[in-house]
Amino acid sequence: MLDYAAYYEKQTETYAMSNADPNRNYTSATLKIGEPDPLPDRPAGEFISIVSSNGWVNDEYKLMVVDVHEKAMKAKGGQFFHLLCPSPDGAEVWMRRPMSIYRVNQERSQLEFLYKCEGRGTQGMAMLEPGDEFNITGPLGVGFTIDPAWKNIVVLGRGVGLATLAPLSKMAAERNVGVTAILSARNPQVVMSVDLFESLGAKTVTVVDTDGSSAVENVEAILERLIAEGKADAFYTCGSNRLLTLMKRLGATHDIPGQVAMEQIMVCGFGACYVCMRTFEVNGERILRRVCREGPIFNMQEAVGW
Amino acid sequence: MVDLSVKIGDLTLQNPITPASGAFSWEYNDVIDLNRLGGLVAKTICREPRVGNPTPRMAETEAGIIQSIGLPGKGIKYFLDHIVPEYAKFKPPLIVSCSSESPEDFAELARELSVPDVDVVECNISCPTRNTSGGNFALDTEHTKNVVGMIRAATDKPLWAKLSPSAGDIVAVALAAQEAGADALCIANTFLSLKIRTDNFRPALGNKFGGMVSPALKPIVLRMVYQVAKEVSIPIIGIGGVTKAEDVVEYMLAGASAVGIGYAGFRNPTALTAIIDDLEAWCIERGIDKVSDLIGAVRDDDMEMDTLAAASVGV
Repeated sequence: MLDYAAYYEKQTETYAMSNADPNRNYTSATLKIGEPDPLPDRPAGEFISIVSSNGWVNDEYKLMVVDVHEKAMKAKGGQFFHLLCPSPDGAEVWMRRPMSIYRVNQERSQLEFLYKCEGRGTQGMAMLEPGDEFNITGPLGVGFTIDPAWKNIVVLGRGVGLATLAPLSKMAAERNVGVTAILSARNPQVVMSVDLFESLGAKTVTVVDTDGSSAVENVEAILERLIAEGKADAFYTCGSNRLLTLMKRLGATHDIPGQVAMEQIMVCGFGACYVCMRTFEVNGERILRRVCREGPIFNMQEAVGW
Repeated sequence: MVDLSVKIGDLTLQNPITPASGAFSWEYNDVIDLNRLGGLVAKTICREPRVGNPTPRMAETEAGIIQSIGLPGKGIKYFLDHIVPEYAKFKPPLIVSCSSESPEDFAELARELSVPDVDVVECNISCPTRNTSGGNFALDTEHTKNVVGMIRAATDKPLWAKLSPSAGDIVAVALAAQEAGADALCIANTFLSLKIRTDNFRPALGNKFGGMVSPALKPIVLRMVYQVAKEVSIPIIGIGGVTKAEDVVEYMLAGASAVGIGYAGFRNPTALTAIIDDLEAWCIERGIDKVSDLIGAVRDDDMEMDTLAAASVGV
């Protein structure tokens, strides 16, 4: 047992010291830019990134660019980072928010996230300014794959789902795979990523609710035309249950493989907690899979939707 | 060098930091070195395959999260064939949490789990969303004594009993578990709770009720650990709201020999190993050579002096 008298004197000075820092409530072993990585063989890390920019893209979406440790540059399109968002209102934000990677900029050791300011997490994220620290964990999950046999792919995204699909533009360009990107949104003002896709050689088709062009029948006609032209060796989608259902049906009819990026409320991000389950249908049997671990990119034909 | 090791019965942990069951899996090795932990705690396993509860399985509240997962798993055979070998790749002892709705089935499960690579059977007799006749035996002394006794008879492995914070008299339940042969007590499971959405008037969780997880619960669980430690002679693993090394110290002072960490690992995936580092630094700073010296070292024997001092201040 301890010598209380001697210990008591010593603790009065040290106790005040250890309580002085308000961040002491939580503990972590984060990796900052330039630091040596103590666990280089681990695929993921908990990083302190530094916000480089965090500006509005349109009325609803912001683009955050962060400088981050080079270990994070292993991230692949379709994978996600788990973001420890600051509080927008003084009350605690208890869980991290999973967010897909919009862009990995190897040259500048930067990650980009395109996000809609909707819930408390993204509202808090929107308040971050250049120079601020931002704790992000990743990369997590499995990314998109492009089969070497595919020469032309079709990417169909809606809303913020386009952010998740954006890395496919670069992945396809690097593999000399042709891309047709169908970008769906409520109105022309919130269509995103047109420039990104076109700058990498993709053809883009924009469809919006305001002129009715985003209707499922119209998108179906566009897809059927691409199939007939031989421009659809594989399908990719994210962000809309309607569009997933459509692509899945056409994929099954024409025997076109596909991948879908799924979302779900998430807690741990590593596959431990089994919070982020989604239903899938495999060989006629319904099963649950973890979006964080088996996904977030899944075989489109096995996805059941939500 | 600080000696961070602690003993839980005959088992020595290299440090008092373990993950809490349900909040951890071997996949965390993607971001931390699992070989540094005091123990590895596998997610609660049931004999039969279970899909678990409907989603949403988690909801944020003002002061923590509530979750109801429903003990999903592929059953005991898959667990022994595929999950145990994943944990066996690491050095720390493997503590396997298990659960059942009937004492007989629970005992059979414990018997089946008694394989060489399993070091501890942790009986989760306190699943918060169940009742005394269906998995939350720890609400009551008789059910606890019965189920722990039957599990004890079925396995020679060290047996840890996980208790419920919802028990009316947790000290009595703890004594019942000890009497029935438990080697250690895990205090406590999550708190039964509810969130109702005001936008659609529906419960926020697919399973309606969930277990609450939060640093806010630490003072409540700490009080339970303190009260139980005064009465039992077996070691206690304190589980509830540990997010930093000082919390580990608090639990140990209250009488715990180790801690289980859940939420902190969700918030900061590197928290568990960081807390080990901080605990060592804390000990060095204060000249404490053996962390086990902290167990039960709360200074509660001279409270009268404080009372006299307070009285002399006046109002």
